[in-house]
Formats: sequence, structure tokens, C-alpha cells
Amino acid sequence: MRVVTLPRPDDFDAWRDAARGLIADQVPADEVVWQVGDVPTDLFAGEAVAHAPPPPSSAFSVPRPFIDLARTVVQASEPERFCLLYTLLTRLRREPGLIEDRADPLVRRLDTLAKGVRRDMHKMRAFLRFREVQDAEGARFVAWFEPENHIVRANAAFFVNRFASMRWSILTPEVSLHWDGKALSEGPGATRADAPDGDPVEEVWKTYYANIFNPARVKIGAMLKEMPRKYWKNMPETQLVPQLIAGAQARESRMIETARTEIGGNSLAAWEALRDEAAACTRCHLYKHATQTVFGEGSVDSTMMFVGEQPGDNEDLAGKPFIGPAGQVFDRALAEAGIDRSRAYVTNAVKHFKFEQRGKRRIHSKPGAGEIDACRWWIEQERMLVQPQVTVALGATAARSLLGRVVTIGRERGRPMPLADGGQALITVHPSFLLRLPDEEAKRVEYTRFVEDLKAAHALLA
Amino acid sequence: MAQLDTRQKLGILADAAKYDASCASSGTAKRDSRDGKGIGSTEGMGICHAYAPDGRCISLLKILLTNSCIFDCHYCINRKSSNVRRARFTAQEVVQLTLSFYRRNYIEGLFLSSGIIGSSNYTMEQLVEVARSLREDHHFRGYIHLKTIPDADPELVHQAGLYADRVSINVELPTVSGLKRLAPEKDEKRIEGAMADNKTAIIDNKDARKKYKSAPRFAPAGQSTQMIVGADAATDGDIVRRASTLYDQFGLRRVYYSAFSPIPDASAVLPLQRPPLMREHRLYQSDWLMRFYDYRPDEVVAAADEATGMLPLDIDPKLAWALKFRDRFPVDVNQAPREMLLRVPGLGVKAVNAMLASRRWRRLRLDDVARLTVSVAKLRPFIVTEDWRPVLLTDKADLKPLVAPKKQQLELFAA
Repeated sequence: MRVVTLPRPDDFDAWRDAARGLIADQVPADEVVWQVGDVPTDLFAGEAVAHAPPPPSSAFSVPRPFIDLARTVVQASEPERFCLLYTLLTRLRREPGLIEDRADPLVRRLDTLAKGVRRDMHKMRAFLRFREVQDAEGARFVAWFEPENHIVRANAAFFVNRFASMRWSILTPEVSLHWDGKALSEGPGATRADAPDGDPVEEVWKTYYANIFNPARVKIGAMLKEMPRKYWKNMPETQLVPQLIAGAQARESRMIETARTEIGGNSLAAWEALRDEAAACTRCHLYKHATQTVFGEGSVDSTMMFVGEQPGDNEDLAGKPFIGPAGQVFDRALAEAGIDRSRAYVTNAVKHFKFEQRGKRRIHSKPGAGEIDACRWWIEQERMLVQPQVTVALGATAARSLLGRVVTIGRERGRPMPLADGGQALITVHPSFLLRLPDEEAKRVEYTRFVEDLKAAHALLA
Repeated sequence: MAQLDTRQKLGILADAAKYDASCASSGTAKRDSRDGKGIGSTEGMGICHAYAPDGRCISLLKILLTNSCIFDCHYCINRKSSNVRRARFTAQEVVQLTLSFYRRNYIEGLFLSSGIIGSSNYTMEQLVEVARSLREDHHFRGYIHLKTIPDADPELVHQAGLYADRVSINVELPTVSGLKRLAPEKDEKRIEGAMADNKTAIIDNKDARKKYKSAPRFAPAGQSTQMIVGADAATDGDIVRRASTLYDQFGLRRVYYSAFSPIPDASAVLPLQRPPLMREHRLYQSDWLMRFYDYRPDEVVAAADEATGMLPLDIDPKLAWALKFRDRFPVDVNQAPREMLLRVPGLGVKAVNAMLASRRWRRLRLDDVARLTVSVAKLRPFIVTEDWRPVLLTDKADLKPLVAPKKQQLELFAA
């Protein structure tokens, strides 16, 4: 058993020299024990080999990607790293192509270690925070950081490139770096107590952090994935995280609530703008054959909203909802129920006419689930502006649009139900159903029931 | 009103800037300050120095110069008719803030935007002055992103590009009708005209630098834009197509999507609701498919529901595409070309590159694939390896439950 002692945990050159010697002596990987500094050797330790440059004759070449990989992996905290690298090296002597086999278990293991090192380096660049102190020569910036791997020396160049004109120190448990504006020097490891404990600018930074946060879109998982808790203790702004999360939902609800209750005045302008936007709607393919979008109409601050299925032939040509034969039945029933249509808001679940052309006639065709879903965006916008207390769904299409599920009219008719966006809904038949009934007596009975439903809806108004 | 101090102004002007999603600090020219003259450096990769609980990265000091504005865009907290408290930084205040944050390693640089005050030219001049002072007075070599104002004098915009790493103009809404309703004073033609000017300047600069190495760089990190999602009637299909047109037409580096989220003091024209965060996430995924996975825009659109034009929310667009075009699978990982491997749900660019490298040396088995990916169980129906063939699995009608993510109980604060 050979014992190789490396002077520092991240010393690539020492590892390379030792590995060259071992390869020259054809020592198999399982007969080498690697250790750093004075760490006691393990029980099976044999003859110790001092770190010495190998004889020049022992030089041999290895693939370039291996050197890059090894330089990174020696910085890992994994104790087995030197052994793993040497094992790969012995295998590469036999099959140099192995380094490109990224799916090989050993190569994959080393790739994963290298990835961890690179991530740690990146996070050090990101999360290290300097604090300003004054000494005899002026301002100096000092940071305390606790990396997981032996990355500090390899990361020094980044900080020198960026902060060359400042005097700074980076203190870590293993090693300290000092830059005096001209040269980099190394010192022994430090403790947190050696670093300054504050900087007045941190309060300004925390103000920024608190205000750039949007309480309406809390995504804690996304934050933790990139900024795990282990880094928090040395970042001043993370102290704010618990209170920001705790207050977020209340802040969001308050914004929405304020908007619902305190806005008024220009809701008519808002509705007109929405109607104009809807005129250009292409959310589903129905716009291709219909004449125009038939938007809702009526009083924008109404307490009652009526939702039909879709415009028919007459409505499509005129651009107004409920004016054809069914609309006439609807108007008559409303009047009998004591409801003033001009003070209600009347619209359709689907805003374009869907039909089949038969000769010269355009025959109504029932909208599909996709078309209802595509058009729901408009009815949601209309509902947010009108905010009716009571919404009457006329027929199954309207009920589906409002409730987001398939509804059997017979079962759920006339029963008030709460809606997710506020107010109550009541389901009844579509007036065209009354027109289609063949039997006069049935027509009369159903018409009366329809009027009763409208009366019941009217009575729901507080 | 009492005079605001810098910290109070920072609070107001950061709050006003947070609806801009972009915080990238990547892809610019390499710089350092080894000459000891100034401060700062940039590398290829940007750095996110912190994350807020909204999951967004904080890379740049993202603020407005002022949140006063003569425009009345309904989605915007800074619109003329909003009752939000107003504040204004001087150029020097922004310069000092940027430098003091940068020295402490809080940020990669500055992202400066502004409400329109006085005239477009006046506002643009103020923005340019901040960048000029940082670059010339303080030799700041960190990252600068400037928002440019569509109607400003092209000469001013050009100066902005010479100081900044990135310039951007927001198209704001994916549809023209949406822009008309929600930002009545903005004009699609003017916005696109300004973006076209930036593109020309960027390309001209690249040519000039080929001839003269010393030609000053113009916006080396290119230009980007942002669209608000969920405020107008655009479907995911509309948005994907619009984004792809923008990428092609204006040579954009990035199109950002910002789920419309409630703002204090909302306008009646735009009722508030919870922001569609999952939808935003799916749009970013579809953006990735086009930029890194060789999907054409119409292929991404094909993953959306035909009737509604919306991408599924429960599964990602790549999986949705694979489930829709089953006949393209299974893919033989030992033989298939790169572009087909990239179509396999669960295989990322890195895993595909690793497989291509490995299979030059030997034939891959399922274990090999497992080592390179997160979940081989979800991959199995879509691939063939040396020792695995999904005989019936790929044709199974109910494949989706096997490969789709498990439904989770919603968290209180889940997106």
C-alpha cells in the first residue's frame, strides 16, 4: 500500500505529479491511499511517499478533457476524489476514448462532482457579500463566506478581475484571500468573528430587496431551488424573507379587494374598450364564417346578468344579442317577471354565430366545449366589470361556461349556487327551447316555468 | 410634501420597476477592471445575486428614474391616473446607488427605465446621462441595461446603445387590439419601428467591428422585449407566433413573458385577478423549445389545444407534443439523430450531448440513460435502448397518467 500526502486539499499539480509517478511504477488504484496534510493515515497505511516531482522520463499524455475535469474535481470536498481520478487515469491508459463516454459510471460520478464544484463557485460569486470598513489607508471591503468545496483559490481571479481597484479580503474557514489593489496574498483560515458584523448600506439594500419583490406572485420553491437556505446566514437580505412571505397574501388580496370595491366612474369606458377588442377576436375559428362578434349589452353596473348560448342568424347580422325569435320570447318573459331589460346586462357564452350552411339558410349549430372554453375569457372580463349579484344561465351552454362543468338542466334548474368570482348563479332553460316544443300545452307550461325562474332570480337580489 | 431621502425614493422606484421581468446580465462582451482604473467585470454568464420570494432572480439594480408618467396605460402602476406616490432620482443618485451596491457584490449592474416625463427626448437624455456618468466618470465595467423610449431621437437611442450592454423596448401586449385597449397612447408601429432601428444599429456595429477592431460596441448583449400575459385576449398560440415573429424580425435575444399581476390602485379598464403564473411558465417552456430544442413555432402551437389555442397547464409543452405525435416514438437512443433525441420528453440538451458522445464508443443501455437523466421511468415509453423496447407502452391509450407529473395538493402560496 502506498500513501500519497498532498500539501493542500485543492492541489492539482501535486496530485498530477504523484499520479505520474504512480503510473510510471504501474501501481494499481486500489493500492494507493491519498491524504491531505497531516490528516492521520488510515489503518492499512503502508509506506508513505513524499510529494516529489516524478522523473521526466515518466511523462505521458492524457486527453485534454481529463485534465480539465481533474482540475475541477480536486476542488471537491469528496474525500475519495483523488482516488477516483487516479482510477480513471489508469483506465484511460488502456482506453483513451473512455473520457468521452459520459454515461460510464465512473466518468458520470466525476462529472457530477465537477458540476457540484462549478455550482459552488458560481454561488460564491453570487452570494458573497462585502462589508465596508475603514482602516489607516481608507476603505477596505471584507467578506465572510463558507463554501462547501475547496474552491476559494480557484475563484480568486474572478474577484480580482471585478474588484481590482478596491482593497478587499475574503475570509473563509480554510483560507483567507487579501487583495491590496496590486497583489493577492493568502492567509490562514478565519472565523465569522474576524469579519465585520455590519454595513450601513445593507439597510438600503434590504429596502431594495423588499420592494422589488412582487407579493402577488409568491413562488417559494423557485426561490429555494436557486438560493437554498444554507446560504442565507451570510446574506443580509434573507432576514426579510419570512415577513415578506407572511404578508404577501394579505397584500395581494387587499389589492384585488380595493380594485373591486373602490373603482367606479369609468367602467363604461372600460366596457367599450373591451367590446372594441372583442370585435377583433380570433380565439377560436368561429370568427372565420360569422359576420361579426356579438358582444354583450346593457347596463354595465347592473345587478343582473343574463347569459345565453350564442348569437343566431338575426343577431349575427345585427350585432346585438337576443333580438331574433328567441329574443322576443325572452323579452316577453322578462316583462312578465317584472325585470327591465334595459337595466340588466345581456350576453352570450359564445360570441360568434356557429352554423351550417344549407342552401341559402344558415342553420344554428351547437358550440363545442373548446369554443365555449375559448370564449370564456370574454365572459370573465364582462363579469369582472359588471360584477352582477345574480347571473342567470340560459341553457346548458351558458351553465357550462359559468360553472366550468357539464350541467344537466333538469337536475340543477332553479337552485341558486355561488360562483367563484362572486355573486350567485341560477340555471334555467334557453328561450329557444320554448320555441322548439311541438305541443302548445307543453309550450304554455314551460313558458310559465321559465317566467317563474326569472322571478326567482329577480327575488335573489338583496 | 416632505422631501424624500434616497432610501425612500429607492423603495418607491424599485416597487415601480418590478413588473419588468427581465433581469438578465448574460451574453455581453467580456470586460474586467484589472487596469485598476474603474470597477466591474462581465463574463459570458450572468450572475443572480439573490432571489426574492417571488422566485425571480435579482441580478441588476432594477429601478425607474422616475415613476411620474404622462401616459395612461391601464396595466401599469405608474400610469398618469394612478394614485401611487411619485418620486424622482437624480442621475447622480442612481450612479452612487449602483456603485455602492456593486462594491458590496449585491448586483451585476443596473437596469434603468423611466416613466415618460416632459418629452420622450428629455426622458431619454436623463437615462443616457446615468449610463454616461457610470461609464465615463467612474469607468464602470459592470452590466447596464437601458430601456429605450420609442419616440426618442434616434441619435439619443444610439448613444444609449453605446453605453449599455442591452437595450429594450416592450411590445407590452401580444395583440394590437389589446394594446389599443390597454395602452391607448402607445402605437405598435412606433414600437416596432424603434425595435427595427435597434436591430439595424446592432448589425451595422457588428460589421463595423469586423473592419475596425476599435469601433465602439453597440449593445453587445442585444435587445429584448416583454409581453404581458393574461391582460388581453391573446391565446397561447397567438403569443407563441408573435414571439417567433419578433425573434425573426428584430433579432431579439429574449422575449420575456410577464403574467399580469395585481397592482395597487388598479384601473377599472383592467380588472384584477390572480396572475396566471402557470401559464407564464408554460410559455417560457415553449420559448425554450424554439430556442434550444429546434421546434418550429407551428410545432409548438400544435401542442396546444386545437379549439382553445391554449397549451395544457398540467403537463409541459414538450410532453404534450410527444403525446400528440406518438407515431414519432419510440426513439432509438443508439441511432436517432440529435434533433429527434431532443424531442424525447425528459431528455435535456446536456443529456442528449452526453448520449451522442457516449454512443460513439459503445451501445447505450437503459442503465446508461438512467445515469444521465432524472427519471428514466418517465422516459421509458419514448425510447429504445440496447436492452429495452417499449413494446406496447408507446401505443397505450392511457399513456399520460404514466408520464405526467403527479397531481399535488395545492400549497397555500403555490403558483
